[in-house]
Amino acid sequence: MSQKHIILRTAPHVKKPQDVPLIMRNVVYALLPIVAFAVYQFGISVLALVIVTTLACLGTERFFNWMGNKPSSLSDWSSTITGILLALTLPPGFPLWMAAVAGIAGIAIGKAVFGGIGYNVFNPALVGRAFVQAAFPVAITTWTPAFFTGRFSEFVPSSLTLPFMMPPETAEWVEQVAVDGFTGATPLALQKFQHITTDPFALYTGTVAGSAGETSALLILVCGMYLVVRKMMNWQIPAWLFVGVIVTSGVLYLINPDKNPDPLFMLFSGGLMLGAMFMASDMVGSPLTPRGVMVYGLLIGSLTVIIRVYGSLSEGIMYAILLGNAATPLIDAWTQPRLFGAKPKGKSA
Amino acid sequence: MLALFEKFRKGRFSHGIHPQYHKEATQGKAIKRLAFPPRLIVPVAQHIGAPAKPIVNVGEEVFRGQVIAEADGFMSVPVHAPATGIVKDINLMPSAAGPRMLSIVIDVYQASAQQVLYGEPTEPETLDRKELIRRVQATGMAGLGGAAFPSHVKLQIPTGKTAHTLVVNGCECEPYLTCDHRVMLEQPHELLQGIRYALQITGAEKAIVGIEDNKADAAAAVKAALKPNDPITVQLVETKYPQGAEKMLLKSLLGVEVPAGGLPIDIGIVVNNVGTLAQLGKLLPKGEGLIERVVTITGYNVNMPKAGNYLVPIGTPVRFILEQMGVEADHEKVILGGPMMGMSLASLDVPITKGTSGVLVFQGREFMEGENQEAVFPCIKCGRCVDACPMHLNPAQMAWLAGKRHYAEMESGFHLNSCFECGCCSFVCPSNIPLVQYFRIAKAVNREQKGKA
Repeated sequence: MSQKHIILRTAPHVKKPQDVPLIMRNVVYALLPIVAFAVYQFGISVLALVIVTTLACLGTERFFNWMGNKPSSLSDWSSTITGILLALTLPPGFPLWMAAVAGIAGIAIGKAVFGGIGYNVFNPALVGRAFVQAAFPVAITTWTPAFFTGRFSEFVPSSLTLPFMMPPETAEWVEQVAVDGFTGATPLALQKFQHITTDPFALYTGTVAGSAGETSALLILVCGMYLVVRKMMNWQIPAWLFVGVIVTSGVLYLINPDKNPDPLFMLFSGGLMLGAMFMASDMVGSPLTPRGVMVYGLLIGSLTVIIRVYGSLSEGIMYAILLGNAATPLIDAWTQPRLFGAKPKGKSA
Repeated sequence: MLALFEKFRKGRFSHGIHPQYHKEATQGKAIKRLAFPPRLIVPVAQHIGAPAKPIVNVGEEVFRGQVIAEADGFMSVPVHAPATGIVKDINLMPSAAGPRMLSIVIDVYQASAQQVLYGEPTEPETLDRKELIRRVQATGMAGLGGAAFPSHVKLQIPTGKTAHTLVVNGCECEPYLTCDHRVMLEQPHELLQGIRYALQITGAEKAIVGIEDNKADAAAAVKAALKPNDPITVQLVETKYPQGAEKMLLKSLLGVEVPAGGLPIDIGIVVNNVGTLAQLGKLLPKGEGLIERVVTITGYNVNMPKAGNYLVPIGTPVRFILEQMGVEADHEKVILGGPMMGMSLASLDVPITKGTSGVLVFQGREFMEGENQEAVFPCIKCGRCVDACPMHLNPAQMAWLAGKRHYAEMESGFHLNSCFECGCCSFVCPSNIPLVQYFRIAKAVNREQKGKA
């Protein structure tokens, strides 16, 4: 009897069949319906946006692999997620060259410099968005209407801006294609600066102005649920985040119902749903323990509301998540699990 | 608030995992006797504690049941000859754990009737505790659940402590293994007799048999064999790994937590495995030694029609067992014990010992798909290990420290020594990080450092 080969491994010898690429791939699956809806809503401009950011992210990731003499890490799908998420947070008519800058910045400063997947402190997609928010403040707040005619055959004029050029003025074009009453302002901006509240139903279904993929809160919720059901996402993060939003905005609403929006509006407007379901719940930047997750979710939720109500920006979820990411190591240090059999505090044996 | 929530979940321990159990293949197979191999390799250290001292010489004839190595002190148990034959060698032989260990090699007389001629029959009910402890030690019993802790030491209540409850562990939470299941089904009377002896020795008032609810038939069999005035109850617990870890079982059955770093006896409880007590019930009245045990022999992705539960003489080499099963030896992995905590073998010439509950042959890795399944990714901080650890440790954080070789900090800041290496963290890790292995290394390094200091 001869033995061909022996595998010597330490226990355990069985393994749950779920690894990093599988989880990441399923996140991509969960994002695809949102992308499809965004393309349906805004046309080929958004399709181009998604492709450009994803390619920028993948290219940058590969470049840093090559720089660091490491095997390609594209197959773990995490850069693909970053690319898609990034596109979904940008305005539909965002110049494509700026989108590429956002993708490169997101992976380069948000992920690669820390050592790649698992080591990043912040969500790379949000780092990319924060970068272009600072670099191109006008372009990132220029909204174009959804469902304009001819959206599947023509680009939004600003999309095809030549690299390093400023985008053309779109106001005139918007007037031509827009359905009546489109003002080019998001529901959050309308509420904040003009005190006009948008119809909640429009918010749920996404027939409002906004970033490419964050307008239909309901669709995002359903796609997120897919990951929850497959146990690939920690549902406690969005849940606590929603609690944070509801409690904080509820208190503010009760104090001044004329000026401050109600919790439901807060929950379903802007990028909150996308941020809560797909960015705050990013495993790498969130705490480890259930108690840590609670603190993290509540922190992001309440910060979002505070930025929205008191900040100079109309949207707050991005900076709230980045701040939450930054606080994560601290939260982790505070919320270590209680050892089984450890004596309860205050009692001596 | 979460702590409050935990309070409502009495009757189960929190965390843990649900692996695929794969018990169907052997749980219906009655215990059969395996043939005697031509040669037995009997290590003198099959238990935790001081190795036994050989008292036979090379060339000497030994008879089945005869003491061939005697206990060296209280933390030790004797070893008996598992078969009649001739001592061929007393030498260092390969062991499952890796290092070669002193073993007595016996060439078995194939023509012998293999009768057990040694024994010290008695009526245990009439004896006092001290004498009973001595007799338990004389049987050479060590925990058959896997850890192989000398049984008489476990039954001896340390001075200053009292035992009120005896918990009998019939969980068998490891996947694939079914030997305890069969013992409970087929030997409930021996098991209950063993429990009565253990009650007598420890002075505990009552006994609880905890059985996972996937073995309800075993629980029914034990219940049916109860006598009316037995202070023994049978209780089903959730099927979850590692339910059979004694601290988890006590939490599930009694809602109590053994203090960290402590033993069950610190809260007045003695825990014993069903296989151990069934053997005790059999051996104690006859005054015989432990020379064979029930072993589950099965596999994954291997054609093994004879897979089942076998009564195997201690010292039987794994190679002989696989030959008897008709399994070709070109498989990738052979495991002694269960797949979660067992050891994979570098050599097939290692023997079955008192603590061996299973022989598993694995061809390929269980339900893994794709090609890069062995690839290790960086920790993505998903927290699954934190949610899986039954001791409520923070495996992720300890793994980062292990990566930086801050082994001392793992112990001082993160309770490394409370880890009992159940493997839940490694099982769930989507990055395939060998967490348990990190912790074993860290513990070994810490032990070494302390030895130097």
